[in-house]
Amino acid sequence: MSAIAAAPRLTRRRLIWDRPEIVGPLLIAPAILYIVVLVGLPFLLALYYSVSAYNIFNPSYTFVGLRNFQDVLESEIFRRTLVNTLVFTIGAQVIGLLLGKIGAMLLMQEFPGRRIARALVVLPWAVPVSLATLAWLWMFDSLYSVINWTLAAAGLIDPANRPQWLGRQDLAMIAVTVVHAWRLFPFGVVIFLAGFTSVPKDVLDAATVDGAGFWRRNYQIILPMILPIVLIALIFGTVFTFTDLSVVYLLTKGGPINSTQVLGSLAFQVGILSGDVAHGAAICLFLFPFLLVAVIVLLRVLRRREN
Amino acid sequence: MAAVAANEIRKQFGDVVAVDGISLAVRDGEFLVLLGPSGCGKTTFLRIIAGLERPTSGEILIGGEVVNDIPPRARGVAMVFQGYGLYPHLTVANNIAFPLRTQGTPRPEIKRKVAWAAALLGIDHLLHRRPRQLSGGERQRVALARAIVRDPTVFLLDEPLSNLDAKLRASARSELKRFQQTVRTSTIYVTHDQVEAMGMGDRIAVIDHGKLRQIGTPTEIYDDPADEFVASFLGTPPMNLIERDDGLLGFRPEHFLPREMLDGSELAELPFRIDRMEYLGSERILYGALDGIAAKREVTAKLPAHVPLAGIRAGEWHPFAVRKTELRFFDRNGRRTADRQGRDR
Repeated sequence: MSAIAAAPRLTRRRLIWDRPEIVGPLLIAPAILYIVVLVGLPFLLALYYSVSAYNIFNPSYTFVGLRNFQDVLESEIFRRTLVNTLVFTIGAQVIGLLLGKIGAMLLMQEFPGRRIARALVVLPWAVPVSLATLAWLWMFDSLYSVINWTLAAAGLIDPANRPQWLGRQDLAMIAVTVVHAWRLFPFGVVIFLAGFTSVPKDVLDAATVDGAGFWRRNYQIILPMILPIVLIALIFGTVFTFTDLSVVYLLTKGGPINSTQVLGSLAFQVGILSGDVAHGAAICLFLFPFLLVAVIVLLRVLRRREN
Repeated sequence: MAAVAANEIRKQFGDVVAVDGISLAVRDGEFLVLLGPSGCGKTTFLRIIAGLERPTSGEILIGGEVVNDIPPRARGVAMVFQGYGLYPHLTVANNIAFPLRTQGTPRPEIKRKVAWAAALLGIDHLLHRRPRQLSGGERQRVALARAIVRDPTVFLLDEPLSNLDAKLRASARSELKRFQQTVRTSTIYVTHDQVEAMGMGDRIAVIDHGKLRQIGTPTEIYDDPADEFVASFLGTPPMNLIERDDGLLGFRPEHFLPREMLDGSELAELPFRIDRMEYLGSERILYGALDGIAAKREVTAKLPAHVPLAGIRAGEWHPFAVRKTELRFFDRNGRRTADRQGRDR
């Protein structure tokens, strides 16, 4: 009784915050709103336009069935784009995660300036993609390329016959993949660092005493233990890369001769720049089954590991 | 021949001296306990023997060979960690097989040894489970099985019972001791728990501030502590220490009894004012002060609970006494000096 009397200033009315059945939905509403308005609606719109003949020159709605999909599949450029997207996605994941793992292992070591190094590693992630890609554009420039200058100075290439990074089809693909891997690298580092620090010291010491050397410790103990967290990184990285068009668009605009065209950039070019919204929507929708399959597979692997 | 010998081992982490010149030898088949308060350097010392830390100076010999520059895997040691260090992604069978696989043991041999170790520790039925599905006691046995399969020269155990609850700890203690007596592998066991040390050790090495204070059988350590630290670290409650002109006089609470309970003439009589009493079921602890004598801390007496407390009441004086043979003397630096009764060390 005295405890209640001692707190006369606190209201005794039941406020909205005292009612979890109201507060809960209230707090989650913005997230649901975001998904419905910015993910759900565009998806439905894409479905709607992909079965139409809609373009900006003739904005009337005519239903054409699956003809747009058929057109797209028959297009040589689209098939090339599909292959490019897979190469781009898988290549960037492999390079990004591999470098991320090496980077994390280096950053686990004690050395002077480790804190600064850990902060700097996040830069590729923090810098706006347009600025970063512009810097890479200069590094790959046909005349002023820092990379070529360095390679020439090191005697690795002939200065008179410098590689045209963004001008040759195969080199351009390597260039965009490397730049995207560079963007993914900090994410890989952070994920692997989190994984490494979650492995108990007792387990590592036990492995050392049990006779496991560097490779065995890394690939039979640490990697299997942190695999769930790496798989999550892989899902995120795959989804982000598969849908990304910024690096390709800023670096090569899909060229030369569509050799670096990816689904995102092709859809943008066809649907927005050329105004053929219907075919653009159809191209976009090809992202969907790939991503759906990737996410389902990875989530299943994750759940099996948890049991 | 000594299974393990340490020669003036020192280990410094920056300015901190963790191990400060420890020399000792573990005999073949012996169960040696390293006992000391937390942070005394005992775990660091064990890790140096395992090869997980390099000593700043000094030599480690295993089986008569200096192993300072030999990596852990080639030292013939097996270690059980406080958190067991089981591999969470491997089944129990694969956990036990792991140290054999790293040695390139042939498959049938691995199978045979895993089955043998699992049977020895009674975990055959758990071989297909993962560590997360096991209880604390089962995990400890898996860790032991993983240690035994390699036929190590020496077992290193780092507080392996501290993660078990009190009841399980008592049974695990006797199980572990029986296991060691069966396999007769030299064992170094680190603990801060004096009950474990007294109950399991063939010998105990008491360590404090990185220094070896005393090494001996449990009886020697308890009855004849080498210095003030050992005297006050062992025993619950610890030895009473009374200040004298030239040092300290010590006696165990269980030897400090009401005068009327003791006969014979060789007695030191001390009037005791009882401040409070604790009843612990099997015994009573009496806390109080001595008449006109300064003590290092509160003086205690431990009486069997079945002894009637005739005339002993809190707040009153009562004549107490100690047999002179039970008195221990320490000099000003806390080192043990010759006892008056001739029980010299």
